[in-house]
Order: sequence, then structure tokens, then C-alpha cells
Amino acid sequence: MNNTVQTMPDHLRSPFSSKVKSWETLLLLVAIGIFILNSFSSPYFLDAWNLSDATFNFTEKAMIAFAMALLIISGEIDLSVASIIALASTAMGAAAQFGAGTAELVFVGLTVGICCGAFNALLVTVMGLPSIVVTIGTMSLFRGISYIVLGDGSYRGYPEDFAFFGQGYVGWVISFELALFGGLAVFYWVLLHKTNFGRAVYTIGNNPVAALFSGIRVQRVKFILFLLTGLMSGVAAVCLTSRLGSTRPSIGVGMELEVVTMVVLGGVSILGGSGSIVGVVLAALVMGLMTFGLGLLNVPGIVMSIFLGLLLIGVIALPRLWSRYVSRTE
Amino acid sequence: MRAMKKLLTSVAVATALISGTADAADKRIAIVVKALGIGFFEAAAKGAEEAAAELGDVEIIYTGPTDTTAEGQIEVINALIAQRVDAIAISANDTDALVPALKKAMSRGITVISWDSGVAAEGRSMHLNPSSNALIGNMIVKLAADHLPEGGDVAVLSATTTSTNQNIWIEEMNKVMGDYPGINVVGTVYGDDLADKSYREANGLMQTYPDLRAIIAPTSVGIVAAAQAVADAGKIGEVNVTGLGLPSEMAGAIESGASKSFAIWNPIDLGYSATMLAYNLSQGVAEAKPGAEIPMGRMGSLTLDDKNEGAMADPFVYDASNIEQFKSIF
Repeated sequence: MNNTVQTMPDHLRSPFSSKVKSWETLLLLVAIGIFILNSFSSPYFLDAWNLSDATFNFTEKAMIAFAMALLIISGEIDLSVASIIALASTAMGAAAQFGAGTAELVFVGLTVGICCGAFNALLVTVMGLPSIVVTIGTMSLFRGISYIVLGDGSYRGYPEDFAFFGQGYVGWVISFELALFGGLAVFYWVLLHKTNFGRAVYTIGNNPVAALFSGIRVQRVKFILFLLTGLMSGVAAVCLTSRLGSTRPSIGVGMELEVVTMVVLGGVSILGGSGSIVGVVLAALVMGLMTFGLGLLNVPGIVMSIFLGLLLIGVIALPRLWSRYVSRTE
Repeated sequence: MRAMKKLLTSVAVATALISGTADAADKRIAIVVKALGIGFFEAAAKGAEEAAAELGDVEIIYTGPTDTTAEGQIEVINALIAQRVDAIAISANDTDALVPALKKAMSRGITVISWDSGVAAEGRSMHLNPSSNALIGNMIVKLAADHLPEGGDVAVLSATTTSTNQNIWIEEMNKVMGDYPGINVVGTVYGDDLADKSYREANGLMQTYPDLRAIIAPTSVGIVAAAQAVADAGKIGEVNVTGLGLPSEMAGAIESGASKSFAIWNPIDLGYSATMLAYNLSQGVAEAKPGAEIPMGRMGSLTLDDKNEGAMADPFVYDASNIEQFKSIF
């Protein structure tokens, strides 16, 4: 309720100055800063192939982050995404054992993703349960099924051309995953910022009761958002499985937190109601560039997570301080 | 003049800092471990540094992910490919999932070997096992025989009746019993790798065979329990407990004298050998093919079998002379 009050400006700024002072500008500056730092600290950073390899650090997570951004803007969350990857990948592995071709494998992966999303959606929208509780439950459920099926074993023997999704290139250094990331970024940007559906998502996040009374079918929109998140987890499962060439029940473990981190770093309010796709894209770049740059310096993983934590706190604290400063000067 | 000199020095220092890592040593060998912060691998890194010091022109990059995930190791591998290291020696978190990333490394001219925990054959040029079943089988009876110059009765305390490793080792031990005349294996019991059951079985052995001089436990759980049983029965000096165990868990038994010596692989030697092998393969000193003999410094040379795998050495013997050094390592 009070969200609406807070986001209501008491006077309008010029479009230029609001753009300059936006979160996206800040993230862009951070991304450029990291890029420049990296090019100075490692002689191997500025290389088209190396930069192309680096994109694999974030493409799969970012695909899920787009859908997750919409879900979080609407005031819900899905913590089961990494487990959906495990289940979808296990299903694809099982299908491959029965001789399924590449097209069937993709179909299986996406279908399992959508079904898992639908299951979450049913529990949240029809049964009216809180999404954080539901998806913590399904997080264990989906991965648990993978563990029952696979135990300590693994699925291998995917068809040769299946490797294209995670290891193929559409042209020069542009990998299939990077191209898909770009395409999905445009799709989600249009969906969130240019359609009635997108406006409904914002409205629901700001005030679900008001949204209901203004004729938005709140539960249906949320249902679709869970389906989309499940579908994107299925897409990520196809890419990750193809990149690894094998499936183990531990696939993608812990990825849900990185996805949520990406969304929050992208400026999406964890309380719902605000955020943008451009922010998420920039956050993906910032996270990818930073892990790759630190990796080139052989910085241990634990130090990397410290940097990421500091960056997250910094980027969240900075705009607060900034807006306080701006409101004082105006 | 002084200012000029100062400026020149700082420029020189800055240049050295930027290009320093590339110039300092010509050959860079990456030791990639399952996760950082594990004593066993820290010890292996020490061995790698020892090899590097011996070789002279080698820089060791000791790295690994924070969690034992395949995805984390792939990010590390991508960063190493980008740095164009000369060789990668990896202890893998996943036999299959790392294959595509390591294949890419090999296609870019990087020598890839696995050690400790292996990668599927397509993903590496060779694999270094710490030891072999035959060497372990011989070692466990040799440990008992060394302290029984007059011969005597010994018994085996194994894990479960179906433990693959233990059964193979006992089988290998029986094959070489002819080399140890006077050593008489009176029985084999199974403690199921449970501390309390192993303890009871060890007590049973001492009661059933009053002339028992040694208990061989080729399992890290059984050896600790047997040592405890011997100490509690007041038979220290009469019955010697030996087999395979971890220095950290066996330090007490060595100090009390319940165990005179036991064996397990030495991580320092393992890291040393992996580095030597990676260096020699990347420098073209030897080629990884079945039957090849690859030199590995003070550890002699490694002979590869038809799967391009080789066993480093006999398990390393731990006794009162070196337990202090190793008990804090693993």
C-alpha cells in the first residue's frame, strides 16, 4: 500500500536528468568500470574469443532472470528454478537413453519446465499459498525426484547435434546461448515495457487489490508468470545439459540464488512493483564480467563471492545515498 | 632530474606489474582441485610448488571453485583457457560434465591430465591414480609383516562383504602371501564400516585367536575402531593394528602404540607427480599413449596402461616419524 505513496513523485523531473540519475545508468557505469579494470589487470581480457567464452558464465542464469524479474515485480518469487533444471535435464537424459532425437529432447526439456511451472502456479494461485513457501518445497521435490531416478549415476550419450545449444556458434564469436540471451532480452523488454500484460504486472506488484478492482485478472497473470519462469528454466536446462553433455542430479545446484541476485542487482525491487529488463541485462553483464575478470587473475572462488556480495550491497546502498543527496540539492 | 627518474621508475614498475605475470615464468601449469580449502588439496598444491621449484621455469596456478560443482570447475577452466596456460591438471568433480570444456582446452593446445578423481577418457590425455589395487594389496600385508620378523597370526577386519574396493585389495593381498612366509591369515571379519560393529569384531578376533599378532584393516573406519579395541583390551605391543587410514584420525593410535604404521596416498607426492607429468607432456618430453613411460622427477616414472591411466606409487607409510607433519593436513 505505502509502495504507491512512495513511488508517486511530488514533482516531475526532466526526462534527461531522471535518466542520468537512474539505476541503469549506475549499473552501466559499474559495467564499464569493471570492463576497463579488467582490460588493465589482465592481458588476456580483451580478446573476442575469451569474451565470448566469458558469456557462458551468465547466459543461462540470465534467461531465467528475465522471467524471474517479472515474477518478482508482480510480488511473487520462484526458488525452485535450479531444481526445475535438474528435473528437466534428468527427463531429457532418460529420453536420450530411449533414443530420442534432438528435437524430442528439446520438447521434453521445455515440457517438463512448463509442467513444473504449472505445478508451482497451481499451488500459489489456486490454493492461495505463499510462493516463497511453495517454491522452497518444490525446490526439494523436483531435485529429489532427480536424485531418486539417478542416485549417484549420470546420463550420457546425448545425440551429437544436441551439443549445438550449449556449445554451438551462430556466427563468428556469437554463441547460440548469447544470441538466445539477446533475443529473450528483447522479448521480455517488449513484454514488460510495451504491453498491457507488462503494465498489469507492475500494477499487481504495487497493489494487487487495486489491480483486481481495476479489472486485472491477478491470478491469471501470476499463473502465466510462473509458467514463463518454468519454461525459461526448461530453456536453461536444455542449454546447460547441452553444454555439459551429461546429466547428474546435482546439475545447477545453488543457481536460484544467483538468479535472484542478478534480478535484485538489476534494480528490481524485491518487494515488487518496480524494475526493468535493461537493468537485469546490465546486472548479468556486471556479474559475468566480474567473475570472468577475477577468474583471469586466478582469484579463489570464495574471494569472488565476497566481491559479489560487496557489489550487491554497494549497488543497493549507492542509489539510496544518491537519491538522498539529490533530494537535498533540489 | 630526480622527478624525471622517479617518473621513469614508476612507469617501469607499472609496466612490470601489468606484464609481470606473463614474463616471470614461461610455463604455467594449473592445478585445478574439487574445491579450495580442503587440506588434502592444499597439501597437493605444496607438492606442485615443490615440483615447480625443481623445474625452475614453471609457475603454478592453484585454483578451484568454492563448492564441489562441475559448473564451478567449468568457469575455472574457461578462465584458464583464456589465459592460455600450458597445462591443466585437474581433480574432477564430475567425470562427464567437464569433458566438453576440457576438450575445448585441448583443442586450443593445452595439455590436460586428470589426477586423484578422473575425467572420462575423451576429456584428458591421461589419468594419474594415486596407487593401484595390486600395490595396495601388497602394502597392507607388508605393513603387518615388517613388524613380525618371526611371523605370526594376523586377521583382516574389512568393511562389508560386498565392498568392491576392500574385496579387490584382500584378493590382491592373498595373491602375494607367498612372499611373506610365516605370516598366517587366520580369518577375515566384517565391521560394515560402522565404528561400533568394527570395534566388536576386533574384540571378537582377539578372543578367538589368543596368538593374534596383527589386525589388518584396509578401511579408514575399521582401522580406527580396531586400534581403540586393542588399546581398551590392554594389548598394545602385543597386537599391532595396520591397514589404510587417515593421519588425522590415526594420530592417537600411533602415539599410543596401538598402531605402529599404516598407509594411504600422500597428497604432496600426488601434487608433485601431477605437475611433473603435466610439464613433461606439455613440453613434448613424452607422449600420453598406452605403454608410454613418463618421467615424474623424484617419484620415478609412470607407465600408462591401455586406458592411458597410471598408478603413481605404493601407498605412503605413516608412522611415529611423520604423523605429526601429516595429521593436520588430512
